[in-house]
Parts: sequence; C-alpha cells; structure tokens
Amino acid sequence: MPSDIALPEILAGLIAVSLNAYVLFGGADFGGGVWDLLASGPRRDRQREVISHAIGPIWEANHVWLILAIVLTFSCFPAVFARLGTVLHIPLSLMLVGIVLRGSAFTFRTYDDQHDAVQRRWGRIFAGASLVTPVLLGVCIGAVASGHAGPVAAAGSFTDRFVDPWLTPFSLAVGLMALALFAHLAAVFLTLESDDPGLTEDFRTRALWSGGVLFLVAFGTLLIAREQAPLMGVGLLVSPWSLPFHVATGLAAIAVLAALWWRRYHLARVAAGLQVSLIVWGWAGSQYPYLVPPDLSIRDAAAPAATLRLVLIALGLGIVVLLPSLVYLFRVFKAAPSHSVRGPEGGH
Amino acid sequence: MPDLLAARSQMAMSLAFHILFAVVGIGMPVLMVVAEQRYRSTGDRICLELAKRWARGTAILFAVGAVSGTVLSFELGLLWPGFMEFAGPIIGMPFSLEGFAFFTEAIFLGVYLYGWDRISPRAHVWAGILVAVSGAASGIFVVIANAWMNAPTGFDMVNGRIANVDPIAGMLNPMAFQQTLHMTLASYAATGLAVAGIHAFLLLLDPHNAFHRRALSIALLVGAPAAVLQPLSGDLSARAVAQYQPAKLAAMETHFETGRRVPLVIGGWPDMATGETRYAIRIPGGLSFLAFHDLGAEVTGLDRFPRADWPSVPIVHTAFQLMVGLGTFMALVGVWAGVLAFRRRDLSVNTWFLRALALAAPMGFIAIEAGWTVTEVGRQPWIVYGVLRTADAVTPMPGLMVPFLGFTALYCFLGAIVAWLLYRQIIRSPRETEWSRVYAPAGPRRAV
Repeated sequence: MPSDIALPEILAGLIAVSLNAYVLFGGADFGGGVWDLLASGPRRDRQREVISHAIGPIWEANHVWLILAIVLTFSCFPAVFARLGTVLHIPLSLMLVGIVLRGSAFTFRTYDDQHDAVQRRWGRIFAGASLVTPVLLGVCIGAVASGHAGPVAAAGSFTDRFVDPWLTPFSLAVGLMALALFAHLAAVFLTLESDDPGLTEDFRTRALWSGGVLFLVAFGTLLIAREQAPLMGVGLLVSPWSLPFHVATGLAAIAVLAALWWRRYHLARVAAGLQVSLIVWGWAGSQYPYLVPPDLSIRDAAAPAATLRLVLIALGLGIVVLLPSLVYLFRVFKAAPSHSVRGPEGGH
Repeated sequence: MPDLLAARSQMAMSLAFHILFAVVGIGMPVLMVVAEQRYRSTGDRICLELAKRWARGTAILFAVGAVSGTVLSFELGLLWPGFMEFAGPIIGMPFSLEGFAFFTEAIFLGVYLYGWDRISPRAHVWAGILVAVSGAASGIFVVIANAWMNAPTGFDMVNGRIANVDPIAGMLNPMAFQQTLHMTLASYAATGLAVAGIHAFLLLLDPHNAFHRRALSIALLVGAPAAVLQPLSGDLSARAVAQYQPAKLAAMETHFETGRRVPLVIGGWPDMATGETRYAIRIPGGLSFLAFHDLGAEVTGLDRFPRADWPSVPIVHTAFQLMVGLGTFMALVGVWAGVLAFRRRDLSVNTWFLRALALAAPMGFIAIEAGWTVTEVGRQPWIVYGVLRTADAVTPMPGLMVPFLGFTALYCFLGAIVAWLLYRQIIRSPRETEWSRVYAPAGPRRAV
C-alpha cells in the first residue's frame, strides 16, 4: 500500500464502502426476491409474507447506496462514469429495467391489497426481476474487474465495441456468483425475521443449500479468472496480500455454514456480512490503483481537488444527519418482527 | 431517427415521466401532514383516513419516482458521457446533496408508513414533516444542477477543458434561485389543485360526501396559494432568461428582430421562412416591459444569433404559451377560492367553482411538462449553454432507437398501472359499509 493516501484514494474507498453497503443490504433484498420465487412447502405463503415484511420498510433506503455510488463516481471520477456508461451501455440498461420492474412490482404488490390473480402476477415480476438484476450487476463488475472495459475502439463492428467487453465467460460467472451470494445472504438474514421455528428451519435449509452452491460458483469463477481475466487473476492469486484475504473470506464462509448448522443465527448473520464485505474489498484491492483497468487509475480519473474536498465535506455533513436517522429506522422496525404494515388497526 | 435525436427523445421521455412523480413526491407529503395534523387536533377520523390514503399515494409514487430517478442518474452516463465527463465535477455537488435529501426522505417515509402504531403521535407527525422538507430539498438540488446548464458558472475554460473548478460558485449560478422557486411552487400548485380538482369532480357527482369535502379543503389549502404566487415567480424567471439566455427568450416570444419597444406576442404560429408570426395577438411594448420592466427597453432578437444556434422556435413558443395559459387559469381559480373562503362561503357546494376546479386538475402537470419543454428545448443546441453542444456530448454508441423504444414501452406500462392503482387506493371514496358513520347523505352541512 502507498504511504501518500490522499483525497482521490479516500473517495475511491468511499465508493467501495457504498458498494459494500449496497451489496450487503440491497443484495439481501434481491436475494429475498429469489426466495419469494422459490417459496415452497407447507409454509409457502408464510415464507413470502416474512420476506415482504423484511424488505418493506427499508428497501428504498437500501437502494440509496447504489445512488450514492453513482453520484460519487460521476462527481469525483467523471471519466470513469463516462467510460462505464459507454462500454457497459447494454448490461447497465438491462439492469435498470430490472431495477425499475422489481421496485415498482414490489410496491404495487404491497399496496394492491386485493388478494387476487393480479397481485400474484406482481409477485412473479418482482421475483423474476430479482433474479435477473443481480446477474447483470455481476456481469458489469466482472467486465470491469477483468480489464475488458478499456476505451471504446473508434472503428469495428457493433459487437466488437459494445458487446464483447462484457459478454465473457468470466463476467457471466461473476454474474452467477452475485446471484448465489445475494440469495445465500438473504436466506441467512431471513432466519432471524420470524418467531415461527418452522419458518426459521425453512430459511436455514435454504441458507445451507445456497451456501453450497455459492462455494461451487465461486470456485468455478476463480478457475475462469486464471484463464480469462489476466488482471484480476494476477491480483487475486499472486499479490502478497491476496492469500490472507482469500483465507479470511473462506473462513468467514465456513463460519456461516457452521453457525447455521448449529443454529447460531446471530453469529451466522455477522459472519455472512463479513464474508460479503471481504469479497467486495478483495475485488477493490485486486484492481488497485485502477478504477477501470487497464487505463483509468484513481489518480488519472480524479476530478479537481476542489470538488473532491467539497464532496468529502458534504458526505461528512450528510452522515451527521443520516446515520442517526438510519439507526432510528432500524431500531423502530428491526427491534421486533413487524406486525402492522399500513396503520392503526392495520386498517384501510 | 438519427442517434442524437433518439438520445434526446429518450432523455425527454424519461424526464417527462419522472417529473410527474417527483412533483407529487414534493406536494403530496404536505397534504398528508396537514391531514394528520387536523386529525390529531380535531379527532376527525376522515382526516386520519385521508392522511393514510395520501401516505399510501406518496409511497406508490415515491417508489416509482425513486426507480425512474435512478434510471435518470444512469442515463446521464449512458446517453451523455461527454456531458458528464465535462460537468460531473461541478454539478456533482448538488447531486450529492440531492442524494442525501432523497435518503432522508426515504428513511422518514418508511418511518411514517410503517410506524403508525410504533412511535408516538408527535414523532409520527414530525416524520411526515421531514418527508415533506427533504422532498422539497431534493427537488431544489436537482433544479440547481439544471439551472447551471442554463447559466454555467464556477469554472474557466482552458484549452477546451475546464479548470479552476468552484462547485459552490456553480451552485450559486444566476438562474438557481428563479428556477428552484418556480419549480417548488409549481409542485405545490400542481399537486394541490390536481387532488382538489379530482375531489371537486367527485363532489359534483356526490355532493354531500363528507370525505370528498374534507379532501377538497385540505388540497386547496396547499394548492391555491402556490397557484396565485406562481405568476410572480414566473416574472422573476422570465427576466433572468432575458438577461442570461436571450436566444431562449426570443424563441419563447417568436421575437426575430432585435429592437426597442417590443410587443408581447400571444398565441400565433411562427413562419420560420419569413420570420413572421401569424394569427397572434400583440401587446405593444409588452415584451420590453415584462423582460426589463421598461416599455422602451431593447430586447435581443434571434437575428443576433447564427441560424444554427437557434432553438426550435415553434416548439418553444407553443410550449411557453401553453404553460402561461394554464398557469393563468390556475391562478384565477386560486384567487376565486381565496375570495370564496374570505367571504366564508362553502366552496364544496358552489357548482361553477367545482367545475372550474375539476377542469384545472390536470393543468398543473401539463404546465410543468410545457415549462420544462421551454427550458430544455429552448437551450438547444447547447447542453451547457454557450459552452458544450448537445451533439458533442452524446454517446458514440449507435442504435439508440432501441433503448428509446424499450424505455418508452416500459414507462407507458408503468404509467397505466400507477393510474389504475391510484384510482383503486386513493381517489375512490371509501365504501359505504366502512364509513357509514361519517358518510352523511343530505345531512347538515357545515362550512369547510
């Protein structure tokens, strides 16, 4: 690590922090949609209810982490934003469609309180979009991490310029990994969302299974990375700090499964959060000092210092306002399983 | 369709869609808080029902506004990478602040919606107030960024790149105050009169429905004062446009030749070949007076600009006429409501007033779309006025017709669903069985 950590590095770090938060909280919301789709067994409807109550009060607040990452990117690293918008135009647009459908379908389902076929259709759109969006997010991350998101060639076919950079085995593998990760995370979180031991067992089983799938997908991704993504392969496998990082990630993953096995759900939740964060920071570290390898480094892409300083001050002020509000929100709703949704007497 | 036009159309369509939800997200929380406050102080259960319905309306529209706003923040990079690379360091600041305001709004809307029986009544009302305040703040920050595109400040151009960036000076640009004031008032006027107008229409069908009467009075309380103040704020905006964007003003008024004592052109259709406006009403010295508060003032015409730098005069002129016409009607309805209320008349039984109000229901939203058309089309061919051309900011990706059509279809679908949901959830009066105690057919009337 360099000794002259300064403004651009701090802000790049903050982008990683907000992506970490988005993957942790927003990712669990996406995963909830996956379990909504795969709800089964005698408690099928109750599973969906728990998922809906867990997501309800907070999904918009969780979604804001993505906006924060976007805003930080275009204020502080405008060249990166311009590059990603150009090279990844297609997967980002499709991801947007997924975000729009998922968010609105969830809201429509919640507020359209007639229990009829229309509501079930919203449920399916919500679940389907929850499945597709994480894959596309992973594809975009995979394209960046593997160093394929270089400058767009001035000439060449449409496919060469705007499809090949992101349609690679590696980015698809990262997409699948994101999906498995989010589903696993959501299942771990959901074990603590209800009083019914039967439901807790349902989500425990799901968490264990998805944890196994995640192991396989992550291992496969690593193998492809060695072949297909030279930059990330080097960062992931060779650099001196990467080994302890991988060991830590693996240990966290094993801790999650062990805690689930012995039904220590609070421990499982903490370990799962740690595991996800380690993956995000492992990715960020593997690309350092590049934001978009092979050419856009943190220093090269940074906005003028005046902007960076002001954004940092604004973030500081914002945190003073937001952190207490966020703590308040979680204390009001996550202290006990939620019962009321729409008002006194649950009335309409 | 050329790619540039497709990109502009997609952006226009996304903004036109989002603005409706953004406006309601600013206006509706105020209605909701006023209704809850009335319930808390009078115990009137209709007000509680209204607060809950409007909160549900806010939630539905806020969610759609949140996702369509996310789409816009991405589209800035997807469609206009050249603009973002250039302007990001300056307008990133208001967007960062907007992010926080939006975050605060999301948090307290969650508290408000799901906290009816979890927090104290006082805390609940305060959560509502914070939703309203942060909603207004987030709108103001976004409009500041747009104002910068009209009157860019806070940087120097050195060899085609920006230098000496000062984001604070960028935020304090000379259009910021006028535009944010105009848009905030527009949000309250449009939302207030739309809700009042819908309930006025329902009162015409069902005159003694206590639910609609109460809704009407609260919505007017918010919408009417804003509608009355809006022409004054419009005057401020027009004078700033005259000073900083003379080409836009000239297009708004089909003012082709620079001169003194310039008439105000009302209506008509500009003939671009001859530079004349046919079938228009002209008020001598009107434009000079409105733009500079001086009947003899010189007003720059389109002749001072190269033809390639003209915005589309027919579109800008027509949109401007539409906005002013609708705004004037709304202001008059607001004055009428004020006069009736001042004389302590019951507004909800005055059939002609209710008809006028029902007619005004969609006007605020149409006026807002028209006003943004004036702002945006009137700035062309520039994306940053006088500094960066729209054609130089667009993405190099071809085939932009496809995302344009895709997002248009998606938004049409969403729009239809939202309209249907709002009808089912908020507008339709409560079923009689639920509300037999307060629904008072032909009962004694009280002034609202």
